[in-house]
Amino acid sequence: MTVVVVGAGPAGLSAAIELRRLGVGSVLVADRETEAGGVPRHCVHTGFGLRDRHRVMTGPAYARALAAAAVRAGAELRLGTTVTGLDTAVSGFYGAVTGLDAAVTGLDGAGTVTLTSGRGVETVRAAAVLLATGCRERPRAARLIPGDRPAGVMTTGELQQRVYLGHERLAGRALVVGAEHVSFSAAVTLAHAGARVVALVTEHERQQSYAAFRLGAALRWRVPVWTSTAVRRVAGLGRLAGVEVTDVRTGAARFVPCEVVVFTGDWIPDHELARLAGLAMDPGTRGPVVDTRLETSAPGVFAAGNLVHAAETADIAALSGRHAAWHIAAAVGAAVGAAGAGTGESGAGRQGAGPDAGRQGAWRLGAGLAGRVPVRVEPPLRWISPNAIASAASPPRDRFVLRSQEFRGPARLEVRQDGRLLARSRLLRLVPGRPVHLDADWQARVDLAGGPVRVTTGSGRDGPEGAAAVTL
Amino acid sequence: MTQGLADVVVIGAGVVGTAIARTLARHALDLVLLDAAPDVGTGTSKANTAILHTGFDAKPGSLESRLLSRGSALLRSYAEAAGIPVERTGALLVAWTPEQAASLPTIEENARLNGYLAIRPLRAAELYVREPELGPGALGALEIPDESIICPWTTPLAFATEAAGAGVRLLLSARVTGVAAGGDGFYQLATTRGPVRCRWVVNAAGLGSDEVDRMFGGGGFTIRPRRGELIVFDKLARTLIRSILLPVPTARTKGVLVAPTVYGNVLLGPTAEDVTDVRDTATTAAGLRSLLAAGRRILPGLAEQEVTSTYAGLRAATEHSDYQIRVDAGRRYACAGGIRSTGLSASLGIAEHVVGQLGEAGLALRPRACGPVPVMPYIGEAGVRPYQDAERIAADPAYGQIVCHCERVTRGEIRDAMASPVPPADLGGLRRRTRAMNGRCQGFYCAAAVSRLFAAGVPA
Repeated sequence: MTVVVVGAGPAGLSAAIELRRLGVGSVLVADRETEAGGVPRHCVHTGFGLRDRHRVMTGPAYARALAAAAVRAGAELRLGTTVTGLDTAVSGFYGAVTGLDAAVTGLDGAGTVTLTSGRGVETVRAAAVLLATGCRERPRAARLIPGDRPAGVMTTGELQQRVYLGHERLAGRALVVGAEHVSFSAAVTLAHAGARVVALVTEHERQQSYAAFRLGAALRWRVPVWTSTAVRRVAGLGRLAGVEVTDVRTGAARFVPCEVVVFTGDWIPDHELARLAGLAMDPGTRGPVVDTRLETSAPGVFAAGNLVHAAETADIAALSGRHAAWHIAAAVGAAVGAAGAGTGESGAGRQGAGPDAGRQGAWRLGAGLAGRVPVRVEPPLRWISPNAIASAASPPRDRFVLRSQEFRGPARLEVRQDGRLLARSRLLRLVPGRPVHLDADWQARVDLAGGPVRVTTGSGRDGPEGAAAVTL
Repeated sequence: MTQGLADVVVIGAGVVGTAIARTLARHALDLVLLDAAPDVGTGTSKANTAILHTGFDAKPGSLESRLLSRGSALLRSYAEAAGIPVERTGALLVAWTPEQAASLPTIEENARLNGYLAIRPLRAAELYVREPELGPGALGALEIPDESIICPWTTPLAFATEAAGAGVRLLLSARVTGVAAGGDGFYQLATTRGPVRCRWVVNAAGLGSDEVDRMFGGGGFTIRPRRGELIVFDKLARTLIRSILLPVPTARTKGVLVAPTVYGNVLLGPTAEDVTDVRDTATTAAGLRSLLAAGRRILPGLAEQEVTSTYAGLRAATEHSDYQIRVDAGRRYACAGGIRSTGLSASLGIAEHVVGQLGEAGLALRPRACGPVPVMPYIGEAGVRPYQDAERIAADPAYGQIVCHCERVTRGEIRDAMASPVPPADLGGLRRRTRAMNGRCQGFYCAAAVSRLFAAGVPA
């Protein structure tokens, strides 16, 4: 009985470590890159590992530490290996009796996984599959920015790989599109590579990064942030000559000469495998729909990390992978009781969900028959993850994570089902590109036979302060 | 490279020039194929709608109609032999207004005049059975079952590879800057890579063909570049359509179509804008906006799909509606210009025609023994790609080592392209030979690695 993990980034590796710790006999982690670790491999700045490994290190050190821990835990890492097929023998949604049978008995749930590598094309029968394929930034073309197609236009992912993995130098002036956390990271990488960062530009009226990071970048590299500014055109035959930017308030356009332009943020999950496997997709996250156990619409197929919330920090992705591992272990019938008693290297976290997971696996029979309750958001909220409730199992870190597409705040989030107010959050500030957390305490009040749960920005500051009685 | 006296120099290594060169190369001739760009097929040939037309909608009786019909048949069989990806998806020409519906019988009759008899009308109900995702409001259609999609990159590359294999000297980055008539029946071409001497000249310079034509005393036409912007949608959109969806054409343009690509994507375009600069292949905000609006009407499901890339190509339109093809026996000069939008489909027909005319004009065409056409690396989605071929990977593990993940391009394919008879001059050339970096991530994952392989020429 093998559990196949697709993707050896923070989520996939953390899941593999936890699956082994919980007694799952065979864990195979496939990654198409030739080195394990995922995106942190080429994030040379520090700040990794805080919440999952309780120490702070650089991206590459974090990637190496996770990969080494996975190998020590007994997971099989298959690198340079692409998953080219995922046949969910039991397709369809929760509630399909065959699916429940498979999941509850923990046998032969997910079907087969096809692996392609220099070793050839292999088919592996899997008891369960975890998709941890991560996310990427929308490139210039997908943002429909017109103009020429010169060299020198890239995403942060490409930039970091060129600079940190390929040791390329970049001369000249660079413009960074975006002003969120990753944008400042791109600016740092550009400076490291020898380029002069002209500015960060954002269509928003404010930048969206954390103060410490922003100030650090501003002081060390004197990078200005041009707000309310949009890139409208890319110019240059062969090599980039510059970009045309517009003030979104006045419409005034000007040409900014530069040799490099980096499009940052605007994350999209790498969801190809999920879609090809026919999983139900969430229109907000654009990843597969997952319940609070991180199971997708195909029984036995789980999804974790930035595939279901693009993009959270690496440690959050890692905790998501660990959370999925608890429920996978329960679903495949591993000896979770014994494992829950151990503290292991990672521990089961404060939720204590490791031992709980076994009971939830059984409990799920009823939940599955009753179906899954979708969790939806309304603008200005863009998405919520997880986005389905099928049981009393709590979500990773006992909270739902959301994104807003606008600055808003202070505002309260309201959770309703069939018109019934389940909860009203504390006052929150909504910043595009930054996580918003919603504690999951209200989950117990969800009617699993009821309609969709809707999360909205409520009456906000207009709301009576007396609402504090139901505020979480 | 530039020494000696060539029998014929073909100026322009686009799809038409390479087709002429490989057709001439079937004869005992000393040939040079030159291009201003560092690679073959970099102009109109690389950025078009990638459709292998039947010519059903050409102007009956025109040279274009005849060469398109002939060229299309020739290219179909050539593609099969050379491993050029082609899919016979068929096309549906859809009428959205009563006026358009009323014009369908005329288009059908026109197709028959062009010798294309398989066209047939389709009622709206049948149309929606065939294309369930088609937007609402279609009134009827014509079915053209032989319209196909083709790889526009492999085609000129196959022609150039065949020509190179037959001894044609390929001279790239060689822009023709002038011409002088030699005393005893030869030309001396001045190029940016030195002088080239030859007896005959064939002008297949595409967007530059009017300029070259003037050097040879022509001047009967002027290129008026017509820009076409296109949007490529993610492969996950591919299931939305089965056929090429054509609009009812106007006098000016074939209009905005939606078509599958042989790489498994969906193409939307082109626009038709007259521009003045033959290098102006920039997309525009207005162009992309109008395409998206058209796409939403034709195939509403596209709105939900990610865009993989956008690009623009220039059609070598002229003030004339027909091809500008003529052979001047006195000047030992042939011109194949003004090939405005059907050059890919007609290329082998144009080549056959031009070579025949050159023979009549006095070029000695003695057939020589030729090998089979080259078999090109297969980069389509319909057949078996190296990463899917267990036997091939077993024989050479490099075909299992995927470097470009979105397009599933292996290290083996990149290595082969670098070592091919007509190797890429830059990353763009590598993209056109392998599809590397052409996928949805546009290089987020693989650009750095692919660039390193290119720079190193792929070491062992």
